[in-house]
Amino acid sequence: MGVGIEVTNLNAWYGATHTLQDINLNIPPNQATALIGPSGCGKSTFVRCINRMHETNPIARVTGTVRIGDLDIYEDAKPVEIRRRVGMVFQRPNPFPTMSIYDNVASGLKLNGYSNRRALDEIVEKSLRNSALWEEVKDELKKKSGASLSGGQQQRLCIARALAVDPEVLLMDEPASALDPVSTSKIEDLIFELKSQYTIVIVTHNMQQAARVAEKTGFFLNGRMVEFDSTHKIFTNPSDKRTEDYITGRFG
Amino acid sequence: MASGLAILATILVILPLVAIFVYLIYMGASSLNLAFFTQIPKPVGVSGGGMANAIVGSAIILALSSILGVPIGISGGIFLAEFGRGTKLANAIRFTADVLNGVPSIVMGIAVYALVVKPQGHFSAFAGGVALGIMMIPTITRTTEEMLLMVPHAIREAALGLGVPNWRSVLSITLKTASPGIITGCMLAFARVAGETAPLIFTVLGNSFWSTNINQPIAALPLQIYVFAISPYDDWHRLAWAGALVLIILIVLAVSLVRYVTSRGVMKGAS
Repeated sequence: MGVGIEVTNLNAWYGATHTLQDINLNIPPNQATALIGPSGCGKSTFVRCINRMHETNPIARVTGTVRIGDLDIYEDAKPVEIRRRVGMVFQRPNPFPTMSIYDNVASGLKLNGYSNRRALDEIVEKSLRNSALWEEVKDELKKKSGASLSGGQQQRLCIARALAVDPEVLLMDEPASALDPVSTSKIEDLIFELKSQYTIVIVTHNMQQAARVAEKTGFFLNGRMVEFDSTHKIFTNPSDKRTEDYITGRFG
Repeated sequence: MASGLAILATILVILPLVAIFVYLIYMGASSLNLAFFTQIPKPVGVSGGGMANAIVGSAIILALSSILGVPIGISGGIFLAEFGRGTKLANAIRFTADVLNGVPSIVMGIAVYALVVKPQGHFSAFAGGVALGIMMIPTITRTTEEMLLMVPHAIREAALGLGVPNWRSVLSITLKTASPGIITGCMLAFARVAGETAPLIFTVLGNSFWSTNINQPIAALPLQIYVFAISPYDDWHRLAWAGALVLIILIVLAVSLVRYVTSRGVMKGAS
């Protein structure tokens, strides 16, 4: 089951650049939450703070608290433990090129020392079914490389790979921006399916996409969160002038 | 015009290789027979004989040098690319490797003579393996580093994002993704030292008889070729040509074998 995310006074820096300023936000469990805003507004940095990927960059720094369920992720746990509970799907599909489809999905478990073969088989099938890829690849699981799939299939493979470690939260950083419209709609259908089991945070440039998949939407601008509300309200009756300007296409 | 020049340049590049190979076959092929691969050199004046001991000796020395050079070289490359990036130690190692790459091979022989042969009190296959192994390290280290740096950042992020510890991700993901290039680097280093003669003069000395003891002087193909080639006897000259031909063929075979074995595990459609 998904859990809620509670962000308090989050600040983040890249070197001297203050990329996130005083973010306060409650992301509800088992819903999709969309983050929109112009390029460089800090929305990607924000999701990378939720699974502590931000700090993999040596010049990056974070202050503030992020609670996932009962867990204060910057106090109570190591980054690797957080990342197993908070899966991530990146902008460009990034399957491991040397691995088969099967091994790609199993990689998160195998690399963490899990080796029960029968259980792995089950998890791989379940994850691929959950990411709506099973029917397309089931005959060539161990024969074909993950890199030989089409872009849309690769992205669903990456989703399956993230699901296989059984996270509670799924972060998606512009997961469809490198895909064609058909693949994009498959990913969106998938987000709809996955909401029942996971808390989903999706960064997107595409406002229609936010409107289609998300219950809640946050608008980021220049490292600050301008407005956070139900998606319906953000797109029909935003409280802030800047949000309205952005969604009506007056800038960004 | 441009493509004509490119074709001309390609021919100029390939020509010396083909010329050497054709000439070696012309001079050496006639002396190749079963005896060449099964017998040791005959004394002066006795016809026949072969280089069986030198072929086996070279194999032993190269195996020793690879056991020493490949793991150290690859570990060094991993350190430079993954763990020591930007540190003073890494810069010092990179500089040292580049300098080591430029050290004349005869100097390497003398150095190992002083460091291994002298203290031990005798020439040995082991000392030769050390000399050639050290010569392999800088090439392997620098290629490994470059190949690791070419692995896309997205792939490292994918592994980290799954909660895989950094060291595990480096060993199981980054290194594996870069492995075709790293293997090429190892093969280049191997082929380069396989033909080295000068460092062996000071370390393995050479041996006209059978020996597979790594603590004793041992025969080696390049050394045997050298000894036969500077001798005044025609049949020895012919054996030297045959030895050179065999050396090249063995290097090509070893490189192809490694490539074949390591490419079998690669998936359909990978990279």
